[in-house]
Amino acid sequence: MSTLEKTRSKPQESTAPKTQLSGSQAVLEALIQEGVDTLFGYPGGAIMPIYDALYDYNDRLNHILVRHEQGGIHAAQGYARTSGRVGVAFATSGPGATNLVTGLADAMIDSNPIVCITGQVFASLLGTDAFQETDVINITTPVTKWNYQVTDATEIPSVLAKAFYIAQTGRPGPVLIDITKNAQIQLFDYKGYEKCDHVRSYRPKPIVRKEYIEQAAALINNAKKPFVLFGQGIILGKAEQDLKDFIEKGGFPAATTVMGLSALETDHPLHVGMLGMHGNYAPNVMTNECDVLIAVGMRFDDRVTGRLDKYAKQAKVVHLDIDPAEIDKNVATTVPVWGDCKETLPMLTQLIERHDHSAWLAEFRELEKKEVKEVIQDELNPTSDIMTMGEVIKVLNELTGGDAVIVTDVGQHQMVTCRYAKFNKSKSNVTSGGLGTMGFGLPAAIGAWYGAPERDVVAIIGDGGIQMTIQELGTIMQFGAKVKILILNNEFLGMVRQWQQLFNDKRYSFVNITSPDFVAVAKGYHIEGNKISERKDLHTALKTMLDHDGSYLLEVMVGKENNVFPMVPQGASVSEIRLK
Amino acid sequence: MEKQEYTITLYTENSIGMIGRISGIFSRRKINVESLNTSPSEVEGIHRFTILINESEDVVRKLCRQIEKQVEVLKAYYNTDEELIWQEQALYKVPTEVIAEKASVERLLREYGASAVVIRHDYTVFETAGHREEIDRLTNALGEYGLIEFVRGARIAIIKDSAGFHTKIKQFEREEPSPDTVENEYLDQQDSVFTM
Repeated sequence: MSTLEKTRSKPQESTAPKTQLSGSQAVLEALIQEGVDTLFGYPGGAIMPIYDALYDYNDRLNHILVRHEQGGIHAAQGYARTSGRVGVAFATSGPGATNLVTGLADAMIDSNPIVCITGQVFASLLGTDAFQETDVINITTPVTKWNYQVTDATEIPSVLAKAFYIAQTGRPGPVLIDITKNAQIQLFDYKGYEKCDHVRSYRPKPIVRKEYIEQAAALINNAKKPFVLFGQGIILGKAEQDLKDFIEKGGFPAATTVMGLSALETDHPLHVGMLGMHGNYAPNVMTNECDVLIAVGMRFDDRVTGRLDKYAKQAKVVHLDIDPAEIDKNVATTVPVWGDCKETLPMLTQLIERHDHSAWLAEFRELEKKEVKEVIQDELNPTSDIMTMGEVIKVLNELTGGDAVIVTDVGQHQMVTCRYAKFNKSKSNVTSGGLGTMGFGLPAAIGAWYGAPERDVVAIIGDGGIQMTIQELGTIMQFGAKVKILILNNEFLGMVRQWQQLFNDKRYSFVNITSPDFVAVAKGYHIEGNKISERKDLHTALKTMLDHDGSYLLEVMVGKENNVFPMVPQGASVSEIRLK
Repeated sequence: MEKQEYTITLYTENSIGMIGRISGIFSRRKINVESLNTSPSEVEGIHRFTILINESEDVVRKLCRQIEKQVEVLKAYYNTDEELIWQEQALYKVPTEVIAEKASVERLLREYGASAVVIRHDYTVFETAGHREEIDRLTNALGEYGLIEFVRGARIAIIKDSAGFHTKIKQFEREEPSPDTVENEYLDQQDSVFTM
């Protein structure tokens, strides 16, 4: 009963003894102890005590008020992706929490370290269909790495420590902590914050087995046509240099997944392009030519493998991954190298022989010529008056030199950007890879800017996706994230239209989408903007956008019915990739 | 690959919501759980799940890896029936007069090793334990004698070759005892909590 009495009165700093904190204060103390400086959120009834406490922490925690909780979590994801740190989002109970779900699913499948804190109704009301009550723990269980409901304030320090630990160790992922309102209000004896360094039932990474490293090295040393595939695991493991040492010593051609982009600079002589459905021709075809496939920190997504029973059947497969559940999940491995690639890659590099595979690499370059001739040439230097998405990216590359953070939404513009954007530096590619969340781009770009405010952040978004989360222009207006928004407008939901054209006899079913005057919308939010539809204006318009000190929206009208090629049609093998 | 019965044995923390977490891994893939039993294990603080499903080995192996990814799961094993000692329990409620009058029923119950738990003038409750097939046969047989109610428990199983893990979890619990589960203390105190 004594704790209940306490819930009636609000904590008052002046009268409370120093060791007494409210649950809300303990939450914010935890964030500070974890090194959080920026968070994204939206207040509401059940999280009001935390927001009340935040009033006094405003100097230490930069809270960005988003316009929708989905925007909040995508911003936290963007922040995590460019900073390499945990992204934090606050939301209230009920609708606030359910609005996080898309972002949680996105962060789960793309392994983003996120901690979400949701308010919840009083513990006494749980299960009564109280106002703004939803069963957030059960709703979010399949889309979180871990979640937990706090009903007693004394749990808060240790639970948040656990949350941060779980979110960022091993294969990162989103964690949601649901805190009932009584726990937020409750005063308790605060014994300080202790960071978590282990959870007894949780093994962040498997123990590296030396015999597998040796077996892998033996296989690789005997390979005539070794081929490296790398994914986001390289970035998450901070193993960019280790990857480079590995492929350079072995002379291995290396291809990236969408999520692995920017882990290795685009211009690296051994970088042979992007894998997957809209990836490059050579790496897709060569997947079915190589003799040893070395997959590092990637998970053989179906968009990468195409038809599995015709995927690299000729090759021995070495799979390096931190998540044991990924080994043998989709592609059977010859040698499973369990562990953090930051540890396993250097061990492997030590055991492999220095090799020159230039003849094998030349085969990739030969195939690349075919793609240049049949696809890339026209995309980047079109002969018609109509602009292509590719040429916009090309000019953007020229202006940024490949140093910008490139954020994309989902669809054709995303695939084109992933194909043609130049990356010099790791953590430069922010996109929704696994979940394919339209509406991800704009809020993620806001977060990406807070994660790397010294860098240029360009959000490339389609005319469909921008309309899903366009309200976040309000966040930019209020807090001043210097995000450059580049809308590639083809007046269609382009990727679905492309499929309808290719596979549904051009029966364009609800892909014709109209748009508002985006520049006027931006102006309404006091954001500078411009719209162009002619090639002669492209360079200047992009330069004006990049040079502008502040956020800027540029809308570029591109060809309505352009398709993204090459393409591995669904159900086809990667080597059956179509150039047109 | 051929589908067959697999018994999955999990050692987990005793935390709230574990059943939901585990069952979600099956339901997400539209796999029917034949039976599920949760109980304490021989080591205090560590819980044991016994789950029976009908699947191919490849699927079961992947499922176990996904289950082990759950933060609160310590270990997941899967075994075929040959690798286990297993039992299911059943309770039967039968009209007492039928048993009293029909010798065949008595013979039947004896044959299946069923024993009386409760005898009242109107009904008698028997229990038996054994393999599914035996229980099913007895159920069918008793159906002809006015079976009033029948319930079968989930499979419980002991892994024949599990000595190694037993030592490990004992050591594990000794080195770092399990944390207490925090339950909601406020549910029956609605009137005394201030709400807005």
